[in-house]
Amino acid sequence: MTMENAPAAKPIAPPRPKGRLRQALDSDIFYSYRRSPVTIVASIVAVSLILMAILAPWIAPHDPFNPASLNLMDGFTPPMSQSAFGDNWFLMGADNQGRDVFSTIMYGSRVSLFVGAMATLFAITLGVTLGLTAGYNGGTVDAIIMRIADIQLSFPGILIALLIFGIARGVIPANQQESMAIWVLIVAIGLSNWAQFARTVRGATMVERQKDYVSAARIIGVHPVLILIRHILPNVLGPVLVIGTIGLALAIIEEATLSFLGVGVPPTQPSLGTLIRIGQQYLFSGEWWILFFPAVTLVLLALSVNLLGDWLRDALNPKLR
Amino acid sequence: MSEPLLDVRHLSRRFDVSPPWLNRKLERTGKVYVNAVKDVSFSVKRGETFALVGESGSGKTTIARLIVGLLEPTEGEIVFDGQSLSRGLQGREARRLRRRFQMIFQDPLASLNPRWRVTDIIAEPLRAFERGMNDRARRLRVGELLTLVGLSPEDGVKFPHQFSGGQRQRIAIARALAAKPEFIVCDEPTSALDVSVQAQILNLMKDLQDEFGLTYVFISHNLQVVRHMANEIGVLYLGRLAEVGESEALFEHPRHPYTRMLLDAVPDIDMTGRRRKKVEGEIPSPLRPPPGCPFNPRCPFANDRCRIEVPGLTPVGLQAAACHAVEEGRI
Repeated sequence: MTMENAPAAKPIAPPRPKGRLRQALDSDIFYSYRRSPVTIVASIVAVSLILMAILAPWIAPHDPFNPASLNLMDGFTPPMSQSAFGDNWFLMGADNQGRDVFSTIMYGSRVSLFVGAMATLFAITLGVTLGLTAGYNGGTVDAIIMRIADIQLSFPGILIALLIFGIARGVIPANQQESMAIWVLIVAIGLSNWAQFARTVRGATMVERQKDYVSAARIIGVHPVLILIRHILPNVLGPVLVIGTIGLALAIIEEATLSFLGVGVPPTQPSLGTLIRIGQQYLFSGEWWILFFPAVTLVLLALSVNLLGDWLRDALNPKLR
Repeated sequence: MSEPLLDVRHLSRRFDVSPPWLNRKLERTGKVYVNAVKDVSFSVKRGETFALVGESGSGKTTIARLIVGLLEPTEGEIVFDGQSLSRGLQGREARRLRRRFQMIFQDPLASLNPRWRVTDIIAEPLRAFERGMNDRARRLRVGELLTLVGLSPEDGVKFPHQFSGGQRQRIAIARALAAKPEFIVCDEPTSALDVSVQAQILNLMKDLQDEFGLTYVFISHNLQVVRHMANEIGVLYLGRLAEVGESEALFEHPRHPYTRMLLDAVPDIDMTGRRRKKVEGEIPSPLRPPPGCPFNPRCPFANDRCRIEVPGLTPVGLQAAACHAVEEGRI
């Protein structure tokens, strides 16, 4: 009888995985980050620029868009000096309307980063979806999607963005154009960048589709959409992350270019590109700071994001470890 | 004798390997097809192991993928437990049938998703077939399966790349067993493994077969492995069955010249010091198979009839061989 009461061998379930933070700190990527001083500097620059942009309404010394706080007499005050007529002190000088350049940069990078990030996100979503569809299905679907991508890639991105911008201007009623401008810009930049994501993801998907873990899921009868999302997507996302980071830098520059050309964001919401356009009018009359500081910020932003993308590419490439 | 669980009838599969449309038009060439599998019939009895052997390019893997439904047959029929699988499975009936068969793949690293933890990999069939199972029950079942294949439940948190080849194949076996199938197609499950590990995996598979009454279709190019595992053997050559028969009979009295050639090439302790007959020639390109018997260019017994007429399987003793020379009693 005692035998029957003896506890049966209790089945053991596998333990749950370690916390996300511990995993991240133990990872190869974090190791390669610590080993690369350039990356550390780039990430510090990028993070402080991004924080500056996000926190602009609370930390900016002036509110450049509140006419009540502006004094036209402050106009063209050089950097690091007191205004001749008021008691305002300007780190990076003031522009023609007496706005603090430092504060406009903070607000400007806010617009630039928002547009760049949203446009990249849009491009990634569109490109990854189309790339997965093309790569997994092959055949006619693949041919149609990839020919569209080929046509798109044979135009400069900025031309496509200008085209979309022009169409939107014709379609959207005049009284909504100002408020819609930023979204039109996001769609325009996103649509001009999706093709490279689609191409990368399509190639990687075609490789993964052949692998037996996909076959194993198909035998069980897992729905193709679930196979794409659960199995293939995590395995093709590595390169997307890399070109996504570099794409962010490109999108920021593209936004600046469009705004510089005057077709970007409305003047009430100046981005870095708008600031540069305003500044270049005064370059030859000696007020260099109105152009110089927004331009340097743009360069720093694009450069640091690019360096991070470069590092990410190397860190995620097992052949370079 | 029990009734067959799987019945493969006149199975054929043709692949379109033509160049793209534009190239075809410019070069004025037609479509190009490869007959990877041609008119293959065999049946597998419940609880037994049927082995398919052949060189690379003989259509072994294609047959495996046809059976589990990864490929559609061009012609022929696959009947599983009285139900035809070829006519497209759908809905609930499909799910009921699907959970009864599984597949184990050749390369265990490629058959496990590198981004998934072992627990999730093994639990995938459970998620698909045991919809009512809660997370805890599922994890307990995974722990049970890991123990069953000789791993520890603690291994469930790891990723596939943290295991050796043999351990990975154990994980793949655990996944195949998760939904309690009756029938498993094994596509060269040991050919990517070290010799020392091969025996462990084969023994594990035999033990599991005895314990759960599994039926295997076992694909291999290694005759020793097949001898250890199979009740019945089918020898494939260029997509056709050259010989089918019970394992021991086939090893003792091979009928088809190709089977003889394969067996002569197997290293054997009695043969030490003597010169061995080597396998002559190479398997012809399936793009342009020779007319007549596919084996005739390499066959020492080939005559004019062999170069014109395709031989069918004819019963010889306990086996069946597709060979004119055997049929005519020339060998």
